[in-house]
Amino acid sequence: MLKINGESLDLAGVTLAAYLADSPFDARRIAVERNGVIVPKSAYDATVLADGDVIEIVSFVGGG
Amino acid sequence: MTNDNLIIGGHEFSSRFILGSGKYSLKLIEAAVRDAGAQIVTLAVRRANTKDEESILDYIPKEVTLLPNTSGARTAEEAVRIARLARELGCGDFVKIEIMRDSKYLLPDNQETIRATEILAKEGFVVMPYMYPDLNVARDLVNAGAAAVMPLASPIGSNKGLATREFIRILIDEIDLPIIVDAGIGRPSQACEAMEMGAAAIMANTALATAGDLPLMAAAFRQAIEAGRKAYLSGLGRVLTRGASASDPLTGFLRD
Repeated sequence: MLKINGESLDLAGVTLAAYLADSPFDARRIAVERNGVIVPKSAYDATVLADGDVIEIVSFVGGG
Repeated sequence: MTNDNLIIGGHEFSSRFILGSGKYSLKLIEAAVRDAGAQIVTLAVRRANTKDEESILDYIPKEVTLLPNTSGARTAEEAVRIARLARELGCGDFVKIEIMRDSKYLLPDNQETIRATEILAKEGFVVMPYMYPDLNVARDLVNAGAAAVMPLASPIGSNKGLATREFIRILIDEIDLPIIVDAGIGRPSQACEAMEMGAAAIMANTALATAGDLPLMAAAFRQAIEAGRKAYLSGLGRVLTRGASASDPLTGFLRD
């Protein structure tokens, strides 16, 4: 199991690119952090999710 | 007046009104930016919306410079993390550092803010730290590589105006960077006063978000900021210590 934005998911072995393609996230409008390290967009294809990963996916919202 | 542009980190802006985008409908953002004449809009970074929620970026005109903040950060390290994620979102190098340990008054942690400024300036960010107006801290921020200094006028979201007036005045007099008054400005008259004092720009969010007619208030702020800037550039008229000074010819009516 691994966590994406706090939710436990069984996605070990899936690439980040494949996960995002099936996800409700708009890949153009997000930034991804894996275990505290930013994953550049160019590395989505080569990033294979593993058990224990903590993934954070963020975007811009209104703020002051 | 030829060129009176605001320069932050080598970027030039003709508007001196930085607009927040929090606490109001995405659908109002375009009108707010237009009527404010804003060229810089602040944003926050949060866990991405899922499903079909709209992106705020679809509502902000393309020519606007985005200024992500690090709200939610309690330490320099958290602010740095948020700033890096914001840059990865692909909207430039500007960042407004906002670090708070205090959740009641939302006051900025000046010491952590200095640390984060130093780290992010070295990474090439245009760093705009939100701070409690303290001259020593402002000097440290300059040395840490800040591109502007953003002192608070009163607590965030309070609309209470220039409670820190005298301390902001000291920063304006002593710091050789744009002083941008951020947080607490609730009325156009308060924005105007800060600009008359020589503030380089005003940042406002709640004053608009809680106003009766947001675009109309955006326009009011724009005019007040422009008026205050012109008054500052002009130099204010003097104040008499006592007595009066006639504005009319000093002769009696119809008499020599």
